[in-house]
Amino acid sequence: MFRSIEFINMRLLKIILGITAVGIPGFFGIKEIIADPVYFMELFLGGLTRGSIYALIALGYTMVYGIIQLINFAHGEIYMIGAMTALIVASVLGLWGWNSAVIAILAFVFAIVYSCAYGFTVEKIAYKPLRNAPRLSALISAIGMSLFLQNYVMLAQTPNFLPFESLIPDFEFWEPFAHIITAVEMTIIVTTVITMILLGILIKFTKIGKAMRATAQDKVMASLVGINVNNVISTTFVVGSATAAIGGVLIACHVGQINFFIGFLAGLKAFIAAVLGGIGSVPGAVLGSLVLGISESLFTGYFWSEYEDVFAFTILVIILIFRPSGILGKHEISKV
Amino acid sequence: MVTKKEIKQSFFIALWFMVLTFPIMVIKVNTIKHIILFRWENFVWVGVIGFFASLIWNYFLRLKEQKKKSDNGDDIPLVHRLLQNERVRIPFLAAIAVFFLAYPFVFPMYHTSIMISALVYVMLGLGLNIVVGLAGLLDLGYVAFYAVGAYAYALLNLHFGISFWIVLPVSAVLGFICGTLLGYPVLRLRGDYLAIVTLGFGEIIRIILENWDEFSNGPRGIPNVPAPSFFGYQFGQHGSVIYIYFIVIALVLLTIFFVSRLENSKIGRAWIALRDDEIACQAMGIDKFKTKLTAFALGATWASIAGVVFAAKTSFVNPMSFTIWESITILCVVVIGGMGSAIGVIAGALVLILLPEYLRAVSEYRMLVFGALQVIVMVFKPEGLIQSVRKKYKFEKLKD
Amino acid sequence: MKAIFKTVALALLTMAVFAVPSFAGDTIKIGIGGVISGDLAPYGISSVRGAEIAVEDINAKGGILGKQVELLIGDDVCKAEIAVNMAIKLVSDGAQMIVGHVCSSCTIAANKIYKDAGLIVVSPASTNDDLTLKGEHPNFFRTISYDGAQADLMTSFAKNTLKAKKVALLHDKGDYGKGQMDLARKYFEKLGGVEIVLFEGVTTGAVDFSAIVQKVKRSKADLTMWGGYHSDASKILSLLKKKRVKTTFFGGDGIYGSEFVALAGKYGEGVYATGPNDTSNNPLFKATTAKHQKKYNEDPGTFFMSAYAAVQSLAAAAEKAGSLDFDKMKAALISNKVETPLGKIGFDKRGDVIGAGFSVYQVSDGKYVQVN
Repeated sequence: MFRSIEFINMRLLKIILGITAVGIPGFFGIKEIIADPVYFMELFLGGLTRGSIYALIALGYTMVYGIIQLINFAHGEIYMIGAMTALIVASVLGLWGWNSAVIAILAFVFAIVYSCAYGFTVEKIAYKPLRNAPRLSALISAIGMSLFLQNYVMLAQTPNFLPFESLIPDFEFWEPFAHIITAVEMTIIVTTVITMILLGILIKFTKIGKAMRATAQDKVMASLVGINVNNVISTTFVVGSATAAIGGVLIACHVGQINFFIGFLAGLKAFIAAVLGGIGSVPGAVLGSLVLGISESLFTGYFWSEYEDVFAFTILVIILIFRPSGILGKHEISKV
Repeated sequence: MVTKKEIKQSFFIALWFMVLTFPIMVIKVNTIKHIILFRWENFVWVGVIGFFASLIWNYFLRLKEQKKKSDNGDDIPLVHRLLQNERVRIPFLAAIAVFFLAYPFVFPMYHTSIMISALVYVMLGLGLNIVVGLAGLLDLGYVAFYAVGAYAYALLNLHFGISFWIVLPVSAVLGFICGTLLGYPVLRLRGDYLAIVTLGFGEIIRIILENWDEFSNGPRGIPNVPAPSFFGYQFGQHGSVIYIYFIVIALVLLTIFFVSRLENSKIGRAWIALRDDEIACQAMGIDKFKTKLTAFALGATWASIAGVVFAAKTSFVNPMSFTIWESITILCVVVIGGMGSAIGVIAGALVLILLPEYLRAVSEYRMLVFGALQVIVMVFKPEGLIQSVRKKYKFEKLKD
Repeated sequence: MKAIFKTVALALLTMAVFAVPSFAGDTIKIGIGGVISGDLAPYGISSVRGAEIAVEDINAKGGILGKQVELLIGDDVCKAEIAVNMAIKLVSDGAQMIVGHVCSSCTIAANKIYKDAGLIVVSPASTNDDLTLKGEHPNFFRTISYDGAQADLMTSFAKNTLKAKKVALLHDKGDYGKGQMDLARKYFEKLGGVEIVLFEGVTTGAVDFSAIVQKVKRSKADLTMWGGYHSDASKILSLLKKKRVKTTFFGGDGIYGSEFVALAGKYGEGVYATGPNDTSNNPLFKATTAKHQKKYNEDPGTFFMSAYAAVQSLAAAAEKAGSLDFDKMKAALISNKVETPLGKIGFDKRGDVIGAGFSVYQVSDGKYVQVN
């Protein structure tokens, strides 16, 4: 009985979903775009920004996952700590009356350095001893770490939201664009692209990148050819944390406020984006984030924002039914 | 015991932590009023605590390594040894029975009340254990079925006045159907892709409950869900807590019975085989899809039953109770307790749910300590508190 | 047989160790329940601090009925099921009066326990209408006005003073925010003459709200009303300003207070909000603010004053009733008028506060100034 339904399921479900996924948005899309092209552009650019925000966090997720197949739940917290450090440094220096450009640069540098240090330490404490343990144990350890870091920041600092003054000068564009995209949003999009390219170069062309790819493929084999696997994993965490810190500071500039809890939701969304794009793949994380961001934005714009997340998850399910390893993920061949 | 080298190492680790926590522990900014506070005493504290913590941490890590080397894997947890030993077994079980029977009469009502919460988690944990522990499917949206049960009771009671005892089996069926329906499109996915899709389903159900006012009364929730009645007799507040306590005990026993029977049945062995190796399993002629779907649906059934008990106990349901955190907590129960081991899951639920309640002594630091404990337990006991023991068939020579 | 006996004895012994003996003390215990961890923690912490300072003040003056007052604090994390456990704990720890909870859903769930135990509950923060208007909670009082009163004020102000024609209603999908906007919609429909062009919920804590902001812009609403807390409000507001959407922003008491002004910064100018009547010139208000400043080195939070007032009214009622008897206490609460930082307040028969209503404020020069 089950088998027959499964057969129907395979074909029919894909066809029905395919028609719905392409047809309905296509129909509505064309109608709406013709009716109000400016509105569509606004939503599209808003979605692009949102997608870039997800992407900055998703990059770190996907790198760590690619190497040790761990959903690094504490990644959102690293992002939060990056933003928090930047805020603290900026306020201290601001009070000492330093030049604002110097403050911005130093805040960025400190945020990145400290996030890297936290990422490194978290890996050493919570994940390294679990390298040969069941995968779910590492996941729970990550969840525990995430809880710990959240409460650590809450207790050491404050549970309240703190205003975050933008470190990026708020210059304005000419009028037709000024109300569509702000300077910070522009910076976010550009930074995402640059980060992605740099990471791509790092992975593709450098020695450590090669070692990362080797480790991702087969840890034992990699160590046999003389790669120090522990170092490679640490490096991955450091690089992932650095991107999270950049994301943290930029997003805090965009949103204008932070508290200890911002990491959880952003991390969750970024993780979904990374899975959507094919977890483990760097361009996939960016593509997945953009797809998620733009589709959320369009859905909110044309339908109901209450069901924005429902729509995001529906997209996820549909894409995963067609491509079980995400948009750009490699299809795993399982061996006995 | 502690060498000079270790002290030196710990010293540097302490220094590292002092630098690491400097901005967050020492400086406190108030961006609203532009005040900066330097708390140098924290700097010293971090150093001192970091030093000793790292000494202890390294010591235990070394101990663990040594144990791993010397042991040849025949490490059976104490509880299992107690249960296997014929002489101790019956008194041991009797003691537990007496303890749980006397519990609500000996302790104040508060303890009974949190024990009910913990026992509900035992049911949830045992249900999820079928999905995660036995069948090896990572399900992060388990809370959806919990919500199905809770809302089934609240709504059926609100609109039709149907009583607890009728909703209980109805919700079980409902949970099974929902599990099948949701499991259907996604069970082809593997590993973490499955996890994220189930997470999505969990969130979708919550968001719908939150927004569809006509159906679920939205975020305001449904108040005045009645406690179960005893052949038409409604207890007072205190009585009904005790009554629910015994209902939960009965349900937990039922769950344990079912799960242990399932585990040793044909389908149970198929689950374990599937978890260990999918391809080999298929080659043996096991229908992969059907087996997975059964696990998913049966897990959902228990969550749904637990949901009904939850609604009856809390007397109020709203979507806030069914967030992703709840799914994560249940997963923690299963993994920290010991995946695949029913006794482990029970211990996990009792520890994980009761511990935060007793940690209220350190009120503000509660969640901090809780998070740290999760990491510590996982690092030092990655198989969970009570690890599962697989059935062994020994070949012994007959003595004549 | 011996083994069984031994284990049973052992089990009983462990129980005896675990069981906490409840001893009758010579203090009066006030239980306070609220959210003091998680993302809503600031609200609960402010109320706990209010109660703490009030208890210190009362103890300094000799306590209630000659007995010192002790505070029992419970954390419900804004979840109904934990609130119920918490309530049972407070009751079994011997709480004789309750201040709390913060989240309305928690108050509704936990009040079943309090009602059964015959305890008076005074909430500093739960504004859900059902708590008092339905008459299901005879033991419930609150030192904050209810949502309906606030919605009434908001809508009539929007129509009559702001002359709004098209209104966009946004909320955070939560118990409090959505409830407020549902009521606002109801009252607007009753008033007539105002078109509701948008009614939408957003995900609280999201990193980006630009889509909803564009939607508001497209709807051409001249007034945007917000139901929810200050963090999301300031995010949406700053985007509205950055994207140059011409609309006035108007929120409930969730965005009233210095936190919102600080978060919104320069974008906050001109925002309207309803909030508890301004009593900052009240000497008691000044005195308690100073105490908070001294103790925590920061300004008091949202529900600090109402929690302080809640403890005060409980203490005064107990003094007047001469005992902690439920009926006498209730009668005393209703008939009594107490001088609090919120002004002179009392309660009506339903349990709602008299003398501490809402006013409309507008941000100007980084401060909320009363406008009606």
